[in-house]
Amino acid sequence: MNEIVRKEEMAKGSIYRFDVNAPEIARKILPGQFVILRVVDGGERIPLTVADKDPSRGTISIIFQVVGKTTALLRSLEVGDNIKDLAGPLGKESEIKKFGTVVVIGGGTGTAILHHITKALKGAGNELIGIVGARSKDILIMEKEMRALCDRLIITTDDGSHGMRGFVTDALKQVLDERKDIALVHAIGPIVMMKNVCRMTKEYGIRTMVSLNPIMIDGTGMCGGCRVKVDGKMKFCCCDGPEFDGHQVDFENLELRNSMYMKEERESLLQSITLERRK
Amino acid sequence: MNAQDVKYLKFATYLNAYCPHCRKSFNVKTMDEDVLDFRGMYKGQEVMIKLSPYLDVFDKWSSIPLEDGIVLDDFICSYCKKSIVVGEPRCGICGSPVAEMIISAYAKLIPFFICLKKGCEWHGLTKADEHYIKLKIPRQDMPEQDHRIRIKNFQEVPHGLTSEQAQLEAGRCLQCRKPGCVDGCPVNVDIPNFIRLIREGRTVEAAIKIKERNILPSVCGRVCPQEDQCEKGCVLGKRDKPVAIGNLERYVADFERAMGSVDIPQVTECMDRKVAVVGSGPGGLTCAADLTRLGYEVTIFEAFHQSGGVLGYGIPQFRLPKEIMAKEIEYLKELGCQIKLNAVIGRLYTVEELLKDYEAVYLGVGAGLPKFLDIPGEDLNNVVSANEYLTRINLMRAYRFPDTDTPLPQGDRVAVIGGGNVAMDSARCALRTGAKKVTVIYRRTRGELPARKDEVVHAEDEGIEFMYLTNPVKFIGDKRNWVRGIECEKMQLGEPDASGRRKPVPAPGSNFVFDCDVVIVAVGTDANPLIFDTTPDLKRDKKGYIIVDPKTMETSKEFVYAGGDIVTGSATVIQAMGSGRLAAKAIHEKLSGKKKRT
Repeated sequence: MNEIVRKEEMAKGSIYRFDVNAPEIARKILPGQFVILRVVDGGERIPLTVADKDPSRGTISIIFQVVGKTTALLRSLEVGDNIKDLAGPLGKESEIKKFGTVVVIGGGTGTAILHHITKALKGAGNELIGIVGARSKDILIMEKEMRALCDRLIITTDDGSHGMRGFVTDALKQVLDERKDIALVHAIGPIVMMKNVCRMTKEYGIRTMVSLNPIMIDGTGMCGGCRVKVDGKMKFCCCDGPEFDGHQVDFENLELRNSMYMKEERESLLQSITLERRK
Repeated sequence: MNAQDVKYLKFATYLNAYCPHCRKSFNVKTMDEDVLDFRGMYKGQEVMIKLSPYLDVFDKWSSIPLEDGIVLDDFICSYCKKSIVVGEPRCGICGSPVAEMIISAYAKLIPFFICLKKGCEWHGLTKADEHYIKLKIPRQDMPEQDHRIRIKNFQEVPHGLTSEQAQLEAGRCLQCRKPGCVDGCPVNVDIPNFIRLIREGRTVEAAIKIKERNILPSVCGRVCPQEDQCEKGCVLGKRDKPVAIGNLERYVADFERAMGSVDIPQVTECMDRKVAVVGSGPGGLTCAADLTRLGYEVTIFEAFHQSGGVLGYGIPQFRLPKEIMAKEIEYLKELGCQIKLNAVIGRLYTVEELLKDYEAVYLGVGAGLPKFLDIPGEDLNNVVSANEYLTRINLMRAYRFPDTDTPLPQGDRVAVIGGGNVAMDSARCALRTGAKKVTVIYRRTRGELPARKDEVVHAEDEGIEFMYLTNPVKFIGDKRNWVRGIECEKMQLGEPDASGRRKPVPAPGSNFVFDCDVVIVAVGTDANPLIFDTTPDLKRDKKGYIIVDPKTMETSKEFVYAGGDIVTGSATVIQAMGSGRLAAKAIHEKLSGKKKRT
């Protein structure tokens, strides 16, 4: 169960891609949906949105950046190892149909999730303009895959080490000024990126979908830890989301809520490092 | 009185017995035993006869070996040397002469008879006297962990009855012919008979007796609200405290587990017919167990990485140790049930898809969608649902953080909103994870608390503060979105509402701010919509719960059954088990009348 069949280091030491053998999930999972996994007994349950699937081989692909103890543990797994628990698909799938021209924006590891959605949007016959951003060239992921799917792809890096220098919003502004026929924007990445994209598209009056990543435990609507404010109402991200209309999302609230366990996360990571050193 | 009845009459209480002539006591205390001491005559020879002061007439013994069935010639008082054998009455079983003595039980003198035939159990007590004696045995309380120690650990609070206590407690049972306790039990456990088996020292058989009807005795013995169910129907409860049925159930189940003599009943032949059970909570487990015993191939689908449902994520260690739950589930697996973890039905498979592979589906998914108060500030950091708080602690074992990886909201002053068992569990968990002060905020009074009284008392003993007639209206936060206090209003009790409880109404101008840094909202749950998103044709009521035929638990969708909280709203473990059992019976009836699908 849940055997890792391929491991790829996408950015040195920080971003990894696993192809995991999970035929039941691969058969069923749709773009935008996520899985929850647990690496060891006593470990955390973490949600990860699926980047791709291959139902014929029975695998799903997950891409993650090492940010804390659980992702560090995940990194330590090798081909042939099993992920202890893997539950999914969870959440609602993205709305996929022919919109016309769609701008897809990925920031950091958000690009991984975006890839799955882009693939489906392409299949539905949309014209796709892709914008993929990262801090710098060495942590930019999935450029090749996105280039193959998008009719036009703009790369941005904060430091200018690859593509255009600047943020994804700079590239978006260019696109929005050039093209007046954009039907939809899909933006997935850090909260601050999604917030800024939404601010911009609101001015232009273009519907924008975002995928949120609040703190989550069970992923089935049972705990309510993942509640987010959308259009002034409380929504459970795991059941009602993870995608929402970005113009209605209260990003400030999400940012503040996501900082809830910062102290504990640091403590947990620190402890795991100390333990590793002792070994 | 027939012989059958006599056999069960063993008294558990220590009694004083006196000579009817000189009124001297027969009770003798020696170094290592308490006995009733007599002289007996057998074939002209004097023998010492000793009897247990618990009037345990099975244990007649003498100074010379006497075989069962021989009849002694005489019984003599050691003091006045007079014979205590009487002409009338004769033994009700064997017709032999009997000896008479007087026993004092609770300031009442009662004649008591001993048959001269060795091994005969007749005692000649009237039913009324017998009840009188039993009534006066005090209900046995379980020893508990001291509250000053237990607030620092997650170990179980009550230790369970000792075997002596269990004997005493079992002796209180009147063995009613029409037992009210059985009617009060949602799964109709044969309570008088399992208690009788305890009295007879056949504890393992008692466990098997319970398991005929209830597959989770050590769970139910701990978490059932017996005071509202079996113990409510106990006749002793009318004049005294009812028999502690729950504690006895727990004793029996724990004894069996400790002996490791878990008996796996033979499954009737395997029928090669498949049934799916969704959710591994108490209802799903019961339904699965019943169907497995009937020979069905049952697969349980569980969404989490651990089976047990609310028993695992909801009820804390100190009320239900997780090892116990694991053991009960192990038993089910040995019966032959398959449990598939991490399988979220509604997403991984829809109910429709399950019906392709399985002939019937039972939905025991619980009502897992936490309710919130819908007041301002509920999105502040450290305002969590009780479901989240308890899941972190129980399922993710956050109380051991950072040895485990899931953290817990931390604060010195914790407020718990609500008055049910979940609120008590949350409050007591908060205390055990380092909160300096924990306050339960409830809008009615102590009398209306829906939590079990035992749990309220435990919480009070542990130092949890209760603020009654108080209703939160707003959560107050700081600049960084952390909760810092609750604005509350005081309430007054008004007219009774639909539930018969007096409805609290706000007292004008009574608002005040209660300082706290963690808030746990424990105001109940709603139906979780996950399964309905992909199964729109299941009929549901206004609140979102599944509508079923109460006799069969079948839903509006043929071959789909449901029970437990997803039908009734939040209720008890045993009620869920009751509906699981009902559904299993109905599924069996329906499928037996139908040819196997190919």
